[in-house]
Amino acid sequence: MRYLFKTDYRQDTTLWRHSGDLFWYGLLSIVLLVIPFVLSEFYVGELGGVFVFAVAGVGMMLLAGYTGLISLGNAAFLGIGAYTDAILLTHGVPLLIALPVAGLFTGLFGIAIGLPTLRMSGLYLAIATLAFGSIVGTVFQKWDAVTGGFDGFPVPAPDIFGVPIQNATGIYYLSLAVLVIVLWFSANLLRTPLGRAMVAIRDSEISAQSIGINLARYKTFAFALSAFITGLAGALFAHYVRFLAPDAFDVLLSVQFVTIVFVGGLGSLHGVILGALFVRLLPQFIAIIRDDLPWGIGRMPGLEPSLYGLVLVIVILFEPGGIYGRWIKMKRWFQAYPLKRRTSFRRQKSYARSERLR
Amino acid sequence: MEDAARLLQLVVNGAAAGCIYGLIALGFVLIYKATEMINFAQGDIMMLGGFFAFALIAHFGLNYWVGALIAILLTAAFGFALDAVVLRRVIGQPQFAVVMLTLGLGFIFRAAAGITWGYDSVGFETPFTNRTINLHGLILGQDNVSIIVGTVLLCGVLYLFFSRTRLGVAMQASSQNQLAAYYMGIPVRTVFSLIWAISAGVAAVAGILLSPVSMIDVNMGFLGIKAFAAAVLGGFGSIPGALVGGVVIGIVEQLAGYFLPAGFQEVTSNVALLATLILRPQGLFAEIAGKRV
Repeated sequence: MRYLFKTDYRQDTTLWRHSGDLFWYGLLSIVLLVIPFVLSEFYVGELGGVFVFAVAGVGMMLLAGYTGLISLGNAAFLGIGAYTDAILLTHGVPLLIALPVAGLFTGLFGIAIGLPTLRMSGLYLAIATLAFGSIVGTVFQKWDAVTGGFDGFPVPAPDIFGVPIQNATGIYYLSLAVLVIVLWFSANLLRTPLGRAMVAIRDSEISAQSIGINLARYKTFAFALSAFITGLAGALFAHYVRFLAPDAFDVLLSVQFVTIVFVGGLGSLHGVILGALFVRLLPQFIAIIRDDLPWGIGRMPGLEPSLYGLVLVIVILFEPGGIYGRWIKMKRWFQAYPLKRRTSFRRQKSYARSERLR
Repeated sequence: MEDAARLLQLVVNGAAAGCIYGLIALGFVLIYKATEMINFAQGDIMMLGGFFAFALIAHFGLNYWVGALIAILLTAAFGFALDAVVLRRVIGQPQFAVVMLTLGLGFIFRAAAGITWGYDSVGFETPFTNRTINLHGLILGQDNVSIIVGTVLLCGVLYLFFSRTRLGVAMQASSQNQLAAYYMGIPVRTVFSLIWAISAGVAAVAGILLSPVSMIDVNMGFLGIKAFAAAVLGGFGSIPGALVGGVVIGIVEQLAGYFLPAGFQEVTSNVALLATLILRPQGLFAEIAGKRV
C-alpha cells in the first residue's frame, strides 16, 4: 500500500497524485498512440466510436454525475452538434472552426433548455428533457430543407491544414485528441470553485444555496457546458458515421448516454471511459458470440436495448458505484489484504427523502 | 353542419385517446403520490396488460370479459411483485436512480414481450370492434365510446375505493405521511406494493380498452411519454388533474393534426408539456405547494 506524504502545498493541486499515476497514464497514452499501427482498421474504427461516445459521456457526467441534474435529452444535443458541423462543412468552413462552433451553438441550446428547467426538481427535469429530446428529434425528421429529412445528410470529409481525415485512423486520432482535451479540461474544472460548486449542488441544493452558491447560474452553466461538450461529440459523431439519419438521435441514444455514466460509475471521469467502452463494445461482443448462444437468443431482435436495460437495473440495484466503484473496491481489497472488513464499503442505510411540503 | 359534425367527431376521438393518456397518467400519479417515484415503465406495463389479454382471449379462447378481468388481475399481481422485489430496494437512493431503473425495466419488459408474443401487431375480437353508434347523424366508433365510458366507470370505482374502503383510506394516509401511517398501524410497505398493483391494473385496463382502436404491439409503451404531458398538465399530484390533463392533451392533439401542417401532431404533447412546465409548473390542479426549507 502506498502512503502519500505531502511535503509541498503544490501537491494538492497537481493532476497526478504520485509518480505511479504519471507512469500508468503515460503508458496508456503510448499504447493509444500506437494502436492504429497494430490493430486492424475495424477495431480502430470501433475504438474511435468509443472515444466519440466518451466525449458525449463526459458531457453527461458533468451534468448528471457532478451537478446531479439528469437529462434524457442529450441525444438532441448530439444531433444539433452533428448537423451544425455537417452544414458548416458543406459551406466550406474548415473543421478546426466548425468543430468549436458546433459546440458553442449547441451550448446555446443548452442554455435555452437549462433556463426554464431550473425550477424543476430531478423528476420534472428528466421529463422535460425527454420532451425536449423528442421535439428536436421530430424537427430533424420534418425540417428537410435543412436536415435532408429521411433522405439523410452526407457529411463531407474534413481536413486539418490540408491533411484529409477520412479513414478510421483519422477519426481515431481526431476523437482521441478531442477526448483528451475535454477530459483535461473537466479534471481541471472540477478542482476550481466552479466545479466544487457543481458538486455542492449535487450533494445538497439547500446547503449549497445557504453558502452563497447561485443555483440558477451554476445549473445553467452546467447545462450549457454539458451541451457544449455533447455538441463537440456530435460533430465527431457526424464524421464517424459520415451520413446523418434523423432517427439516429432518439430516446434510445439518450438512454445510452445515461447508461454510460451509470454503468461506468457516477461521479468519476474514469467511469466515463469504462462506461463508453461498455456501451460501444457490448453490441460488438454480442455480434461475436451471437451464433454460439443457446436457444437462439443471439438472433433475437431487440436484444441490445434489453441488455442495456438489464445491466442498468443490475448496476443500480447492486453496485451504485458502477464499474469504477467496483474497481476501487477490488483495489482496496488487494491493498489492505488480509485486513478487509465486511464493513469497509457498507452502504449507509438510507431512507426515503421527501421533496414535498410536509 | 358538416364542419361541426367533423369537429365533434375529432373531439370525441381526441377525448378517447386522451382517456388512455389519462389512465396511464393516473398510474404515474398514484405511484408518485405514494412513493415519490416516477415509473417510466408505466407505458410498458400497459403493453404487458394488453398482451396478457391477447394471450387469454385469442390464444386460450376465453370470453372477452373474463379474459380482460383475468388480464387486469395478472397485471396487478405483476405490479405488486415488481414493487416488492425490485423497486423497494431503491428507496432512499437518488431520484434519478429510480428513473433509470424504471427505464431499464421498461426495456426488459419490451424485450420479454417481444420474445413471447413476437414483434408484430396483434389484436383480438372485442364487443366494440368495428361497430358504430349513430347519434342524429353523428357517427361514433363504439371502440372510442367504450374507452370513454370505461374510463369514467373505472374512475368512479377508484373514487369509491379511495374514499369509502378501509384500505383506500389507508392508502391515502400512507401517501400523505408515511411516519404517521406507520404509527397508526398501517403496513405501509404492503400498502405501497398494493398501490403499485392498482396502478398496474389501471394500465392494463388502458391497454385492453385501447386494443380495438390501435393494435397491441411491443412499442405501444411509448404512449407513456404522452401520458407524462397529461400528468404534468394536471399537476402530477392530482388524480382528477391527470384525467383532465389527458383529455385536454388528446383533444388538442387531434385538433392540431387537423388544422396544422403535418409534423405538428407528434410534437403537440411535448410542446404542451414544456409550456406547462415553463408557464405553470404546478399544473392546472396544484396540490403540492412549493418546497419549504
